[in-house]
Amino acid sequence: MRKVITGNYTASYAAKLCRAEVVAAYPITPQTSIVEKLAEFVSSGEMKSQYIKVESEHSAMAACISAAQVGARTFTATSSHGLVLMHEMLHWAAGARLPIVMANVNRAIAPPWSVWADHTDSMSQRDTGWMQFYCESNQEVLDTIIMAYRVCEQPDVLLPAMVNMDAFILSHTSEVVNVPDIKEVDAFLPPFSPEWRLDIEHPKSFGSLAGPASFYMEWRYKIQHAMDVAAKRFKEESRAFERHFGRPWGGLIDCYRTADADAVMVAMGTMASTAKQAVDDMRDKGHRVGLVRIRAFRPFPTADLREALKGAKVVGVMDRSHTFGHEGPVFTEVKASLYNGAARPPMAGFTVGIGGRDVLDTTIAGLYGRLYDALDRGLGREVSWIDLKGDEEGVA
Amino acid sequence: MVDRPDYRTWRDVPPMPVCWYPSALGNPTGGWRTYRPVIHMDKCIHCAQCWQGCPDAAIHWVDDSPEVDYEQCKGCGICAHECPVDTIEMVLEVKE
Repeated sequence: MRKVITGNYTASYAAKLCRAEVVAAYPITPQTSIVEKLAEFVSSGEMKSQYIKVESEHSAMAACISAAQVGARTFTATSSHGLVLMHEMLHWAAGARLPIVMANVNRAIAPPWSVWADHTDSMSQRDTGWMQFYCESNQEVLDTIIMAYRVCEQPDVLLPAMVNMDAFILSHTSEVVNVPDIKEVDAFLPPFSPEWRLDIEHPKSFGSLAGPASFYMEWRYKIQHAMDVAAKRFKEESRAFERHFGRPWGGLIDCYRTADADAVMVAMGTMASTAKQAVDDMRDKGHRVGLVRIRAFRPFPTADLREALKGAKVVGVMDRSHTFGHEGPVFTEVKASLYNGAARPPMAGFTVGIGGRDVLDTTIAGLYGRLYDALDRGLGREVSWIDLKGDEEGVA
Repeated sequence: MVDRPDYRTWRDVPPMPVCWYPSALGNPTGGWRTYRPVIHMDKCIHCAQCWQGCPDAAIHWVDDSPEVDYEQCKGCGICAHECPVDTIEMVLEVKE
């Protein structure tokens, strides 16, 4: 059924369609209406779920961990400071190999207080062992949550997944969303039935001590191995999703008019959907530009990027967060992925849209202009803060 | 008790760190204790609050009565705090 709904309500519908059995809820702007809608679903009986109101996001994740450990399908949602407060438990969820799915509304971190779109919250969780997916539309939020459960619950994956959407640009913006019938989702997503779970009939103890000579390192390697498997599965399941629901999203990356492109931009989230408009406008003016949208930041699409960027003469990377003392994290990783590949085009990093500053199609067209300048005159400044009030200082 | 599996490589171990209960057997930790809980059974009302409160499953329920496992009890005193009739005494451990 087609509904006009916000990104937040889309996430709530997705959790309902996936029959999440336990929902842990703690409010935070701009995520709150996700768990509010889920509360409505549960109280009206539309959704059969244990709805746990907790005292913090740390506790929300702890509740999800416990519920997943007994074999329940779990869901929670958070944003910004809530996600950052969960940090310790995020490590635990991944290390314990619990396929929790969480919607995160990407919001800036204080101070100063800001509730607007920025990827610093989820980028700070990069090394927790969570899969991270970034969405360009409300429809993709719904579809990615369904795909996330299907991938993360597979016995050789068993990793948690974070589905990210930009604050307000998706979370509070209504779009037409095709909400499938729950029977269609049932046919795609089997019930969660993990082999390893807390079971009083077969007692085990989870997460105890492992010394340096024991298997700690092996369990860490197994997380890496599971990520490698997940990368393959996410691509397969994206194709399976397309066959089942008729909506193609690409794989770990989504390539837009890159086949013959000289200048290619790499971006995530809603900046990437805006960039598609910029690409069309530039193409209309005869410029051969393209876009690679990263859907999965973890597992990172190294091989896919090498393939997609092999023909580019120049590459730009847009980051909606910044690693202070260095550069944008997506820029770092995209550059690193090409270093041992066949092609090493010059690359420029753009720190842009920080704290929700608007990233317009014209902003992005300007960035393509900078890439052409780099082609003509060589790469000047490697990293630039875009639309900064005042010129940047420091070494180029 | 289940035998310890013979793990050799990362392929052999389960996906997540898991061990088979009761993995703590043969690994006594009672020596960490400073105060020993002593249950005076004359006042015990068999409510099982001590059993339920023990964070380390070191109180066993035997013949409808609590029994402290001094191999595992670390002397935290939660049982004594929870006991509604104050019949658990925390006694300082002394070297014999």
